[in-house]
Amino acid sequence: MQEQPEQFTFDFHKEKAEIVRQSGDELSIKMGDFAGPLDLLLYLIKQERADIFDIPIARITERYLEFIKLMKRLDIAVAADFLVMAATLIEIKSKMLLPRDPTLPIEEEFEDPRQELVNQLLEYEKFKSAAGMLHERATIEQAIYTRGRIETDDANEEVDATVFDLLTVFQKIAERHKDQVQMQIEREEISLSDMIKDLKRRLFAHGEVSLLRVFEEMSNKRELVTAFIAVLEIVRTEHVRLTQASTFGDIVLRKVEQAA
Amino acid sequence: MAEEEVEALTEPELPESEVEPRPARSPSDLVSVAEALIFVADEPISTKMLADVLAEPKEAITAAIEQLQADYLERNSGLQVREVAGGWQIATRTELHEDVRAFLKTRPSAKLSIASLETLAVIAYKQPVTVPEILEIRGVQSATSIKTLLDKRLIVAKGRKEAVGRPIQYGTSKEFLVQFGLKDLSELPSIEDFEDLTQGM
Repeated sequence: MQEQPEQFTFDFHKEKAEIVRQSGDELSIKMGDFAGPLDLLLYLIKQERADIFDIPIARITERYLEFIKLMKRLDIAVAADFLVMAATLIEIKSKMLLPRDPTLPIEEEFEDPRQELVNQLLEYEKFKSAAGMLHERATIEQAIYTRGRIETDDANEEVDATVFDLLTVFQKIAERHKDQVQMQIEREEISLSDMIKDLKRRLFAHGEVSLLRVFEEMSNKRELVTAFIAVLEIVRTEHVRLTQASTFGDIVLRKVEQAA
Repeated sequence: MAEEEVEALTEPELPESEVEPRPARSPSDLVSVAEALIFVADEPISTKMLADVLAEPKEAITAAIEQLQADYLERNSGLQVREVAGGWQIATRTELHEDVRAFLKTRPSAKLSIASLETLAVIAYKQPVTVPEILEIRGVQSATSIKTLLDKRLIVAKGRKEAVGRPIQYGTSKEFLVQFGLKDLSELPSIEDFEDLTQGM
């Protein structure tokens, strides 16, 4: 299990190393990914090959401040949290330099000024490793694919219509179509005078007209009625005769030769 | 025979079943229909939901899924049935990712920054957790990371803490489980395990 920590933190260490080597804008971009003062501190401790439980505070503080100066020189806005850590380090360093208070009873436990920082670093390091674990999980997860979304009513609003919606739309279209048809009929409607003229023309051209044929030509009731009235009108005004060969047989409209 | 008799006797006494009588599914039919439903579901589908939809006992569903997994393994399928975010999902096998990726012409999508991953780790292990509590552990303001994580729907606000200022508490979402391939939060290794690891370095 000794290999495990290396695996978890490898990517992070590599990126940290790059931060130091790179310069200019590149660094400022990498700095955005920099996880914070504790992260930097851990990095410096590892670089110095120091023991986290016995941090050479003077050396580490020096390196830390160098780093802050580098950031400033490269015109990187140093986050306040980095400065807070710098102040903490200096405070610990000065405390370490002070001799132990001789008035304190011997049996009282000597408190290391570094202790709080060490605790914080250890706690932080756990979550840093956990972050590495999450990174690894996400990477593995990206090698697994599920199927694409299936088109459903929920997934695609454009086909969000039921059969009934379709019927409603169809009815509206049919309604509109019906209106158009009705208008066409009216437009094609033959007036009584036109009907009379047409019948007269046929009568004079052929001498006789089969009424059965005339009525059969009519496409609707209205035209039939018009034709019927036209026949009556012609019978009234013209010299014609209506003859029927047999009961319920065809009626022929025949021109009557006028006696001179 | 005895069992049949008992059933025949008790059946009329049952309250009128609101479910229409349906021909009983054979175990292999159940495996098929479970596979079909897991396949069409957009999100991992839970055993309970499968049981409800199919009107079958949960144990039968569990057995069917186990059978399905065994079938996939046995014929060396390119697919796997996996448990994620409290449900079942059919997905391609990890080792086929190169060919799948080449076909789909995709690349691994943008990863989270180290800062965001750390923030996510703190939230995952300490939830529900407030912004000041995250700051305490990470030693750095995490506002940008929290916004990123909220945008990616990996974390959600989980009420307010009964403390001064009533700060918002954050926790991980179902999406977090899906994206990190976790059955549930208990599948995360214990945070104390990381202590052992880091001290071993």
